Amino acid sequence: MNDQPIELRALLTAQTVKANAAVSSWEESAEVVGQLMVEAGTIEPRYIEAMKRTVRELGPYMVIAPGIALLHARPEDGVKELSLGLITLTTPVEFGHSTNDPVDLVFALAAVNKDAHVSALQVLAGMLMDEAILAQMRSASDTASLVSVIQTYGGNAS
Amino acid sequence: MRILTICGMGMGTSMMLRLFVEEALKAEGIKASVTAVDLGSYKGTPADIIVAPTDMESHLKNATARVVYIKNLIDKKEVKEKVIAAVQDFQNPPAAAEDDPQ
Repeated sequence: MNDQPIELRALLTAQTVKANAAVSSWEESAEVVGQLMVEAGTIEPRYIEAMKRTVRELGPYMVIAPGIALLHARPEDGVKELSLGLITLTTPVEFGHSTNDPVDLVFALAAVNKDAHVSALQVLAGMLMDEAILAQMRSASDTASLVSVIQTYGGNAS
Repeated sequence: MRILTICGMGMGTSMMLRLFVEEALKAEGIKASVTAVDLGSYKGTPADIIVAPTDMESHLKNATARVVYIKNLIDKKEVKEKVIAAVQDFQNPPAAAEDDPQ
């Protein structure tokens, strides 16, 4: 049971997580979270454009829950390594979703193939269903605290 | 009974949705095949019920299957309630609608 939480913990580290980013649009939020992953060497810069294009072409369905966006594009759009980025926003942004805007937690997922990340996503879903964890993530005063919330998440994956 | 879970890229959200749907069906003892597909592939895949995020409506307007829209993709309860309702509706389609006050 211990390898699932470790997988998520390995993905969301200080390199790809940033608390309290100040952005003024959903596009900018994609750029900020994407840039973390570019610098971590897990995606090519064009993946950021691909994530934005997905929102524009398919609609803002990736605002998967109130306040939470899970940006993604296809493996062939510039993914180098499976990775997950997260930024929390000081001011929420609108993606144009009918019920789940505005967004203050922006995740970005880069997967190398369809199946590689399913178990990490399961644990992520479990974490996001936990209201207490969400509250801690939202109130983290800095990146180190945010990372610590994620790292200590025990992963009560049921 | 064939159920499809859909998201834009055929990974990520449709898989999470598939997991939740399978869990819900299992809890109710319902058997169905559940497949995760992306928006581009769903037309070629026969389905009785489609489960998709809200805000995909415009892309699924012409679907012939019953479509269930989920607002909160990580809310297992919402997924379960809506999917089970659609399954029951599929398994027991209202027959004589005029006689039935519901």
